[in-house]
Amino acid sequence: MSVEDEIELMGQRLNEKIKKIFGRSLHIREVDAGSCNACEVEVNALSNPIYDIERFGIHIVASPRHADMLLVTGPVTRNMELALLKTYNATPSPKLVAAMGSCACNGGIFGETYASGGGVDKFIPVDVYIPGCPPRPQAVIFGIMVALDKLPQKIGKTGVKP
Amino acid sequence: MNREFTEALKKEFGNNILDEVTSRNETYLTVKKEANVKICDHIYHHLDISLVSIFATDERKKDGFFKVHYVFSLDKGDAFVIIKINIDEKTPRYNSITHKIAAANWYEREIQDMFGLIPQGHPDPRRLIHFEDMPAGVYPLRKDFNIRTKPQRVKGEYVYRRVEGEGVYEIPVGPVHAGVIEPGHFRFSVAGEPIINLEIRHFYTHKGVEKLFENISLDKAVFLAERVSGDNSVAHAVAFCQAVEKIAGIDIPPRAKYTRTILLELERVYNHVGDIAGIATDVAFGMGAAHANRLKEEILQLNEKVTGSRLLRGMNAIGGVRRDIGDKKDGILLELSEIQRDFRELMEYLMSIPSLMDRIETTGRIYNDTAKGLHVVGPVARASGIDRDTRRDHPYAAYPEFNFKVQLQKGGDVYARTVVRADEVCESIGIIEQALWSFPDGEIKAMVGEIPDGYAFGYTEAPRGETLYWVNTSNNKIERCKVRDPSFCNWLAIEYAVLDNIVPDFPIINKSLSLSYSGNDM
Repeated sequence: MSVEDEIELMGQRLNEKIKKIFGRSLHIREVDAGSCNACEVEVNALSNPIYDIERFGIHIVASPRHADMLLVTGPVTRNMELALLKTYNATPSPKLVAAMGSCACNGGIFGETYASGGGVDKFIPVDVYIPGCPPRPQAVIFGIMVALDKLPQKIGKTGVKP
Repeated sequence: MNREFTEALKKEFGNNILDEVTSRNETYLTVKKEANVKICDHIYHHLDISLVSIFATDERKKDGFFKVHYVFSLDKGDAFVIIKINIDEKTPRYNSITHKIAAANWYEREIQDMFGLIPQGHPDPRRLIHFEDMPAGVYPLRKDFNIRTKPQRVKGEYVYRRVEGEGVYEIPVGPVHAGVIEPGHFRFSVAGEPIINLEIRHFYTHKGVEKLFENISLDKAVFLAERVSGDNSVAHAVAFCQAVEKIAGIDIPPRAKYTRTILLELERVYNHVGDIAGIATDVAFGMGAAHANRLKEEILQLNEKVTGSRLLRGMNAIGGVRRDIGDKKDGILLELSEIQRDFRELMEYLMSIPSLMDRIETTGRIYNDTAKGLHVVGPVARASGIDRDTRRDHPYAAYPEFNFKVQLQKGGDVYARTVVRADEVCESIGIIEQALWSFPDGEIKAMVGEIPDGYAFGYTEAPRGETLYWVNTSNNKIERCKVRDPSFCNWLAIEYAVLDNIVPDFPIINKSLSLSYSGNDM
């Protein structure tokens, strides 16, 4: 199967999920908490004409206040810790957090040092982990789907309707 | 060249030079601590030689001193001259050279934060890498600092330069930006739309990479080098491997050299095409951006077919490469010829759109003397008329065997940088084709035993420009690894490039400089 067909197939499933849960679209805010910028290359690739995730109802937004989900990359550096917390707090509930890339999952090659805090889940609650260095765009789409399945439970807990 | 040069220096400063060591194309001159300004100024201004890096080492265990190295690059003779001074722990001060050589600014502040050595007379002694919440006396690159230490957070405030006057106001931007880019803070002072002053505050992504190098094995260090700046993985990994191979005297097989050259150029192609896509995006020309992004994606998919990684990771190793790409030869050639055809068509189309040209011509100008004074590198420097390219000036891998032209422009604006990148894409595809046509047979990796103690430079021309690694090994481990990413040189140029431009043009200028935050902050 070519990449295009693969994406088309995944995208349809994704679109159905988004329609069921959100009615129309899922808004994502990407936060770089200290990555090496490889994950950003792949997140940007999601918007190119080959993947074009916007057609499946995913929109990458400019502010956390508009977002349903945070996509966090990088081992949380000492200097980005506060900015990440502020971004998380600015995102309205119920919210999803996906940790993208090995560093965001557990600190990766940078681990825990004087400058790097390790995985994202040490600082904010994480719903789904997307491993890879960097994960391929297909993996990111799959990760988003897994995260979406978790949302109904979350809504049940908080009682807030999207 | 090197010999003549050092002889001339000795004649001029004979009694100030304490020691001389030469290994291959590197000459280390230890000079008296007080003479550093005089000698560096002479080399830089009178002999007109570029200062490419300044870094410190902690050799207190060996001879009781910290050392500061000033690295000068003799481009005409493929050589490096390193001026060294010894600094005693009890008097951790030395004279700053920033008032003579502007390019020394950030290096000296970096050394101040990481080693606690104070450059006396520095015009801007604020912290650079550590934020104000880092307690005083934390010097991570000193040998007695444990990497796992978690310093407390203290109170403190970073003071920005203030511009005052009627109608002047500040626009703070970042660290979390609106687009999918890395974190950094920009503080604009504007009156209406034109920018009067810009101050950048970076190092949000400081991950302690240089300290980490000292704490991992040599094999694993190659992977770390690939992750210093993610989209320049190959350039960093090759620079690191070359430094270690130079120390150990390993001559890698021709097939490995050719493979590395091909990978380096594939990396340049996808980065440059991506940058051109970014410029089209930032002038809101969606169709051009879509075309360019499609091309970039095709190259990323080609990368995956050839190496198994879209960003060409995991290919390099000390002694050569890990995977043979010989059987993919025809496939690469075929795809590249299609990519080149589409790319030429795209550039012709982009350059024929008046609304795009209107936004990029005369925008974000970096004048030749500014670029030279700040030691700007890579395509940005070449767009301001600086004729430097590591591939030609300090040849490595298989570059001496290929024909290619160093692309130059004089304008120094966004347009010039776009043209340089576009021309370089075509040159790069030419280099890959030449390499594949004469792809040699044989091994892809040399035998690597224990790495002897020593030190050496490794260097590459990354898509963003000159990348330098200085590696010091001892007991088959890394004693010190200094990484000099091209962005560390180029970031300050943005403060000059935006002056008198309007705020809405800032994203285009930023994109045209294509700066890495991670490579800069490390």
